[in-house]
Amino acid sequence: MRLLLILLSLIGLGIGLAAPPILSPVTPRELVFPEDFGAHENFRIEWWYVTGWLETSDQKTVGFQVTFFRPTTEYDQDNPSQFAPKRLIIGHAAISDPAMGKLLHVEKTAREGFGLAYAKAGNTDVKLDEWYFIRDTDGNYRTYVQGNDFSMELRLEPTQPILLQDMAGFSRKGPKSEQASYYYSEPQLEVTGKIMREGNAVNAKGTAWLDHEWSSEYLNPDAEGWDWTGVNLDDGSALMAFQIRGKQGEKIWAYAGLRDASGHMTIFSPDEVSFHPVKTWKSPHTDAIYPVAMRIMTGETEWVLTPLMDDQELDSTQSTGAVYWEGAVTLTRNGQSVGKGYLELTGYKKALSM
Amino acid sequence: MKHNLLSQWLLQGQWHRHRLQISMVIIAIALGIALGFSIQLINSAAIHEFSSAVKSLSGQSDLQVRAIQSTFYEMLYPKLAQREGVESASPVLEIQVAVPGQSDDTRNGMLKILGIDVFRAMTMTPDIVGVPAEGRGFDTLAIDAIFLSPAAMEWLKVRQDDSLILRLGTKTVTLRVAGGLVRSNPGQRLAVMDIGAAQWHFDHIGLLSRIDLKLKQHVNLEQFKASLEKELSSQYLVAETIDQEKRINNMSRAYRINLNVLALVALFTGIFLVFATQFLATLQRRPQLALLRVLGMTKKQILLQILKESSLLGLLGAILGVVLGYGFAISALYFLGGDLGAGFFPDIQPKIQFDPWLTLIFLMLGISVTLMGSAIPAWEAANAHPAQALKSGNEVLSMARLNKPWAATVCIILALIFTQLPPVAELPLFGYFAVALLLIGGIGWMPALAKLFFSLLLRFVNRYPRNVLTLLVLARLSNASHQAAIALGGVLASFSLMVAMAIMVASFRLSIEHWLDHILPADIYVRTELRQDVIGFTRSEQNALASASGIERIDFIYSQQISLDSLRPSVTLFARPIDKNDPGSILPLTDDFLSTEVLANSNAIPIWVSEAMVDLYDFQVGKQITLPLGKVLHEYIVAGVWRDYGRQFGAIQMRLSDYQAVSGEFHINEAAIWLTDGVSTQQMMNTLSALPFGEALVFWQPNEIRSLSLKIFDRSFAVTYLLEIIAVLVGLLGVAASFSAQVLTRIKEFGILRHMGLTRNQIIHMLTLEGGFLTSFGITIGFILGSSISLILIFIVNPQSFHWTMQLHMPWIWLALMIISLLFSAALTAYIVGKSAVARQAIQSVKEDW
Repeated sequence: MRLLLILLSLIGLGIGLAAPPILSPVTPRELVFPEDFGAHENFRIEWWYVTGWLETSDQKTVGFQVTFFRPTTEYDQDNPSQFAPKRLIIGHAAISDPAMGKLLHVEKTAREGFGLAYAKAGNTDVKLDEWYFIRDTDGNYRTYVQGNDFSMELRLEPTQPILLQDMAGFSRKGPKSEQASYYYSEPQLEVTGKIMREGNAVNAKGTAWLDHEWSSEYLNPDAEGWDWTGVNLDDGSALMAFQIRGKQGEKIWAYAGLRDASGHMTIFSPDEVSFHPVKTWKSPHTDAIYPVAMRIMTGETEWVLTPLMDDQELDSTQSTGAVYWEGAVTLTRNGQSVGKGYLELTGYKKALSM
Repeated sequence: MKHNLLSQWLLQGQWHRHRLQISMVIIAIALGIALGFSIQLINSAAIHEFSSAVKSLSGQSDLQVRAIQSTFYEMLYPKLAQREGVESASPVLEIQVAVPGQSDDTRNGMLKILGIDVFRAMTMTPDIVGVPAEGRGFDTLAIDAIFLSPAAMEWLKVRQDDSLILRLGTKTVTLRVAGGLVRSNPGQRLAVMDIGAAQWHFDHIGLLSRIDLKLKQHVNLEQFKASLEKELSSQYLVAETIDQEKRINNMSRAYRINLNVLALVALFTGIFLVFATQFLATLQRRPQLALLRVLGMTKKQILLQILKESSLLGLLGAILGVVLGYGFAISALYFLGGDLGAGFFPDIQPKIQFDPWLTLIFLMLGISVTLMGSAIPAWEAANAHPAQALKSGNEVLSMARLNKPWAATVCIILALIFTQLPPVAELPLFGYFAVALLLIGGIGWMPALAKLFFSLLLRFVNRYPRNVLTLLVLARLSNASHQAAIALGGVLASFSLMVAMAIMVASFRLSIEHWLDHILPADIYVRTELRQDVIGFTRSEQNALASASGIERIDFIYSQQISLDSLRPSVTLFARPIDKNDPGSILPLTDDFLSTEVLANSNAIPIWVSEAMVDLYDFQVGKQITLPLGKVLHEYIVAGVWRDYGRQFGAIQMRLSDYQAVSGEFHINEAAIWLTDGVSTQQMMNTLSALPFGEALVFWQPNEIRSLSLKIFDRSFAVTYLLEIIAVLVGLLGVAASFSAQVLTRIKEFGILRHMGLTRNQIIHMLTLEGGFLTSFGITIGFILGSSISLILIFIVNPQSFHWTMQLHMPWIWLALMIISLLFSAALTAYIVGKSAVARQAIQSVKEDW
């Protein structure tokens, strides 16, 4: 799902272009691997999004997030300049450490080109200066991000097959057939690596969730924002659920997919999925009010998401201009803790169309 | 205490008695201080403004990589960005474009555009990032967007969302004003746009102007810079950001120092005036001071009393000077700009700030200058033996001490030696010392010279006595030559400086006129809107120009700025057809060039360099040089030196065919056209304007360039003219002050003369004659001295500070006018002073002594 749908409406870089980019439509098709691990530059937007929980060698539990976006801009394709910003690479990374009380966040943007920033086709291979996100031939991922406050070097090893969302990787985002994206996940990734903070490096290991999604379509114009969650359950199951909210907070579209450890997939239709705030938190930074604890119904099942800490608000004014909440949450079912994941809450500060 | 009361009385008495002289002293000090102070204020304001502009343009960067030519191939960027030790790299394409319809004499309608990668610039140079409208965040990348500084918006009369028409070469580009900049200095005209859009719109695909580098924290800047310089080809220059300030400092230094020297001259004249006034005043007060000694005042108290009087004068002068200085500075900035019309800081608008320390320094300077001027008179007065001093007619004795011709001779000999010494730190320091010593020596010699001259004259006149008044005057002048010399000193100092400046400026101006005639041989010149347009005319446009009817000969010229040293201002490179066998037909060569045979035997590419290149870069004739023009290094040989009054930082000429061969580029940005007989320039302009790109053409006729150049010349000498006028005023004040001081000491003498039967009118006549004689003598010596100084200015100071030579030219009419007006005003002063002196009763005048 994710934040960057908002960018879709932003990146018009010229008026009445002589040669606008030709974008591919999103229609149901079978995903082909390893090609679909790689970038799809003819689509307006694409991202690789990793969220997860880590235990550090100094006995801390932290949440983390690493994201690479690859938007294609509305830019005149006739410009032969290597600097022509036809495609951008945007990186986001954050750490949720309860000891800090707020997110540590870094972001970086560059235009694709000169071998300094790129997202290659064929297999996952994204570079943004010294940042990278690479899928090796053995299927393991390597990533590195760095900022003023921290840097991370992580290795992500799949333990389960790829999870194709919705209609075999064709994920509907609204009532209209073209409101959709291609979407697969890799849940239950085993993470090992290092976190560097204030000159100290600590080893870390844990579990993570990877989303890779791409689309050319704009978000439903009535949409105000969305709520998304992806959770690795302790028993090996994986749950992903989202809803797209309208201007009055009403549900425009929703989806949930639950795959158990044996690989059996249950898909819930929009009417079977609902989100209910349990607790709200008002940001002292922006005054936005977020439902940081959520009750989610998928069919008959009731799940409750509880945040690792309240203040996991993210201000990305430098790259995308959006302010949203994205944080580590624990999942309970029938009062029992069953898993750890991430919750994303957007559109609570202001409408996400700019 | 009693002593205080006494000193107050003495002060009041003195001031009351010499109101005129004292106010003149104050004015002279004030003028000197005001000049020096305002130059200092203006320059520090300009430098301050410039360095803050540089800071915002270079932001966080540690190093900047540029090329010798204005652009280089962009693939250096990823290499540097990924180099070990580099934290981040920000590419910049700097383009100067024309704004059609906005050209004026000074700015040439030029807008500087920085093409930036906003994602890199945001952290490297956050000030020069465009601020898009609300909700149009990605305008910083938009292909049609340009961001303008407030000063640029004001200049171009555009606002956000307006369209802006720009031109480079013959191509017109229309952009949308998308907003302002994060921060820019007041007056700074600057535009920013996306680098990709800039490369495409302005035909600079694949090119960059500079790469800003920020290094990682642990990296040693010096080592990194050294290793990078070693690795990059000599086509590139690696400069520390702080070097830019050094560069601008170098740029304005010569000009600034020269102005400061002129202010010093004014102050020096002021000192002399103080000296003359105080000396004569203490002479007059000798009996009074002696009486005080007898009544019990110590030597020290007398000395302190006089110094106290002087420092009060100095303080008043200095306060007035500082106030005036602020006024001068503010009005000069308003009318001339921060470089006083010299064109070093075109893109900024400095503001004068109150600087308490600088103000204090100049106040102190004013006081100490006055103290210096009165030290000798005070010392002399305090040390006079009271018994002798009480007697009348003792003054001559005291003045005899001042007559030290041997010291003056030493000064003049030293001055001669100094003229032979090389510049220090590229400044003609010894030249200036020589001027100062020549002045001091000249003044020091005055008493002896005056005595000699007037006694010879007296002897001559005595042989054929006709007029008793003339005899009296000459007798006085030859016997009391010390007093005469003091009166003359002031005239001498200011007049010789006036003469020197007049000769220098006239020689310079005439040399420039001749030079302009030489360098503008064609009938008409045509170029695109922008001077030194980097794109200029394409080959097909060149063909179209050349095949226009009515052209007898057409020379294509490509000129550009190249940077050979990151600490120095850039050098102009001209590529044009030059006949190897007769370069002098197109270039104003000096006598220094290689013979055709030597040149024919050399494989190196010939270049002809301006005089500044020889001084600054040691490009001696015959020297082989490698210049990284184009992609490969080539050998060049300095084939000759030419005069260039247009570019004091250096210029190089080479043949267009050679340039095109080494660079592989065929752009030209100017054409010189000779017309066939019977074709008028207007017809040619009409023909060329009818070409498809005719709209983008700008025509120049030699006489227009000539008058414009001379206008610029006159403007950059505006300050000099101002100083000249002030020097004249100071000089005249000096004449008036010293003359009236002297005449007043001679009241007794006039009383006796009246008793001997001279009428008042005869005394006035005598005084006027005396004034005339004295001034004529002063003028003669001043003229000799001034001419010598002008030789130093023309042949030493100018070549050493501006790196050009010129021919001597005497502006006789102007000099004659100066002489006549000076003579007239001196005689008039003498007349007025004399008239007031003899107004008293004869009895009373003689009584004065008792």
